[in-house]
Amino acid sequence: MPKITFVAHDGTNFEVEAENGSTVMENAIKNAVPGIEAECGGACACATCHVYVDDAWTDKTGGPEAMEEDMLDFAYDVQPTSRLSCQIKVTDELDGLVVKVPERQA
Amino acid sequence: MSDKTTPIAETDVVIVGAGPVGLFAVFELGLLDLKCHLIDILDRPGGQCAELYPEKPIYDIPAWPEISGQGLTDRLMEQIAPFDPVFHFNRMVAGVEKQNDGSFIVTTDENEKIQAKVVVIAAGGGSFQPKRPPVPGIEEYEDTSVFYSVRRTEEFKGHDLLIVGGGDSALDWTLNLLPLANSVTLLHRRDSFRAAPDSVNKMKALVEKGELSLQLGQVTGLNGSGGQVESATIKTSEGEMVDVKCTRILPFFGLTMKLGPIADWGLNLNENLISVDTEKFATNEPGIYAIGDINTYPGKLKLILSGFHEAALMAHAAKKHIDPDERIVFQYTTSSTKLQKKLGV
Repeated sequence: MPKITFVAHDGTNFEVEAENGSTVMENAIKNAVPGIEAECGGACACATCHVYVDDAWTDKTGGPEAMEEDMLDFAYDVQPTSRLSCQIKVTDELDGLVVKVPERQA
Repeated sequence: MSDKTTPIAETDVVIVGAGPVGLFAVFELGLLDLKCHLIDILDRPGGQCAELYPEKPIYDIPAWPEISGQGLTDRLMEQIAPFDPVFHFNRMVAGVEKQNDGSFIVTTDENEKIQAKVVVIAAGGGSFQPKRPPVPGIEEYEDTSVFYSVRRTEEFKGHDLLIVGGGDSALDWTLNLLPLANSVTLLHRRDSFRAAPDSVNKMKALVEKGELSLQLGQVTGLNGSGGQVESATIKTSEGEMVDVKCTRILPFFGLTMKLGPIADWGLNLNENLISVDTEKFATNEPGIYAIGDINTYPGKLKLILSGFHEAALMAHAAKKHIDPDERIVFQYTTSSTKLQKKLGV
C-alpha cells in the first residue's frame, strides 16, 4: 500500500499506509493526524483539511480544480502548494507522498 | 421573561431546522393531523443538503441509488406539500418558553413568537453562522471594528473599509457600501472571483476609475487597540507584508455550523448533541423532541435515513403527548383511505 507522511505543524511525522482510491484526508482522520479537521466530511465544502504538498510531489498530485480553488479562499495562509486533502486521491504514483499540516485550519 | 407580545401564530408543532429530517417530520406529523411551522437560519429549505452540497450525489437514500442534495430537498418539499407547512426562513430560534398549560412559545431572533404544543429540534449540525477567519487576535475587534454581516449600513458610514473575500457577499457589499464609506479596499487571495460576473465587472471598473482599491493577498494580523482596528497586516500575493489602513473590516469567509442558543435551553447535552431516548426521541424536557444529526443515543448513526426513522417514531410520541387519550390507529399509506385523503391522492 502507498505510504503517506503527514508532517504536523510541530514537526512530528506521521507515516501511514493508505489504500488506493482513498483520499489523503481520510487517511489523516483514520490515523488521528492532528490539525486536519475535515468538518464537512470530504464534500469539498469547507476548508478544514488544508495541507501543503511537499514541493517534490506537486507535479504528481497536480493542482486544485476550480471548485477546490474556490474553497481554498476560506483557508488560512494559502500557499502555491496548498491543497484540500479530501481532493487528493491515493494512487501507487503517490507512494511516499509528503504533505505538511498548516498552523491552523479555517 | 414578561414579554406580552401576542404570538404571530399558533400551531401544533414548531420544527427547528428545515433540513431533510425536519422536512420529513412534517410528513409523519401531518399523517397524524399535526400542523407544522419550520424555522431555519437559511433562506431556503434543505439545510446542509442545500447549503453544502446541492449538486453532490447522495448514494444511501433508500430506493434512490443516486440523488443530489437539491434533488432530495425538492422531492421532500413535493412530498410534504399536502400538509401546508409554514416556513420561517432567515430566522434563528432565540428562545423557547414553557407555558403553564404545557405548550411552548418559540421566539425567533426577530422577536416573532409562535405558540406550539410540541417543539421538534431537527437542527442538524446547528445553525449556519459566518465563519471567523483564522486571524490571530480577531476576537478582540469583533462587533466593534470587525463585522461578519451587515445589519445596518450606517455602521460603515464614513469609515475606511476593508472587505475580505471573493464571493457574492464580499462583492455585493463592496459595491453597496462604497458610496457610504470614506474608502473601500477589497482584499482577495487571488485575481479570480467566485462572485457573479456582473458584480466582478462593476468592481473592476471602479478599481480602474480609482474609486476602489483592490488588493490581492491574505490578512495575517490586525493592529489597533481597545477594540478599534487601525490597520490590517496583509501578506500580498507576491509575499510582501503591507499594512492597509482601515477602521472597519468585513470578512466573508463562508459559513460554519454552531449549536447556538439551543445550548441554553436546559436540555441534556452530550458533546453538543442532545440526548434522547430511542422510543420517542424525547429530550429531558417533556414536549421537546430531537431528531436527526443533532441528537445522540447509543448506536446513533448520523445518516439521513436514520433521521427519517426517528421522525416517524417521534411523530407518534408527539401525537400521544398532545392527545393522550386519543387512540392512534396504525395505518399504511398504501391501504388507508383516511391517510390517502390527507395526502390528496
